[in-house]
Amino acid sequence: MSEPLRFHFDVDGSNFTSAGEASIQIKQKLRQLGFAPDIIKRVAISMYEGEINMVIHAGGGTADVYVLPETIKIVLEDHGPGIADVELAMQEGFSTAPDSVRSLGFGAGMGLPNMKRYTDNMIIETELGKGTKITMTVNVPRQ
Amino acid sequence: MTVNNLVEKMSLEVLNLSDGEKTVTGGYTGDLLSWVMSRASAGDAWITIMSNINIIAVASLCDVSCIILAENAEAEQSVVSLAAEKKINLLRSEKSSFALSCELGRLL
Ligand SMILES: Nc1ncnc2c1ncn2[C@@H]1O[C@H](COP(=O)(O)OP(=O)(O)OP(=O)(O)O)[C@@H](O)[C@H]1O
Ligand SMILES: [Mg+2]
Repeated sequence: MSEPLRFHFDVDGSNFTSAGEASIQIKQKLRQLGFAPDIIKRVAISMYEGEINMVIHAGGGTADVYVLPETIKIVLEDHGPGIADVELAMQEGFSTAPDSVRSLGFGAGMGLPNMKRYTDNMIIETELGKGTKITMTVNVPRQ
Repeated sequence: MTVNNLVEKMSLEVLNLSDGEKTVTGGYTGDLLSWVMSRASAGDAWITIMSNINIIAVASLCDVSCIILAENAEAEQSVVSLAAEKKINLLRSEKSSFALSCELGRLL
């Protein structure tokens, strides 16, 4: 299996109700494919945080997941406002989430730090007014 | 202890019980979703006052054994329906998060 399995999702920015749907589907797919629970958890959490960020902060976007036996890559891309100061955004507790979404339990400023913590590599490419692309990889240890 | 046992011992109101034989291995109390997401362990009973639709995705992603809504937090029908669809046990109590945590701690 040298060609990765690829899964593509459009993440609706206007709909909180379905937010997380892509991550839940990926979790099920990875389970079917027989990945270890801790790998699945790391991928699912990172992807969910990224997915929710696109909904809250960027009006939606796309999520692509590439699955190989030794590595899982998640690419999240949006055409939102971009991130002005990535270093600041990466700090635990930093959030620009409006009160309306804080009242739903978001806005702890833990999303990006969680993504960093649960993946082996994370690259943020962002441009103000253009959008943000986040590429994360999780390495799968040989069993 | 199973979720069914927990419902009985803690006199919880059942909003959705798809998998009552699931084992409760621990507990986590919190309302900030990113926090819960990264700290709750699989099998935990998750105690929260958050009752909006997003709790179902969080519960599903971190494999908690059940959600216990504290203080009789109001759950919309859409939340209960999604819980059923995703097979998430959704329970409720009039007690506070603190009281429920203490009670769960004694049972575990
Ligand atoms: N895709 C994005 N587009 C634009 N800004 C973003 C994006 N993702 C994150 N940000 C910015 O980075 C900040 C920190 O993001 P992070 O996910 O850590 O916290 P949060 O989303 O505010 O809260 P939490 O994730 O804990 O619910 C956000 O408040 C927002 O300002
Ligand atoms: Mg976030």
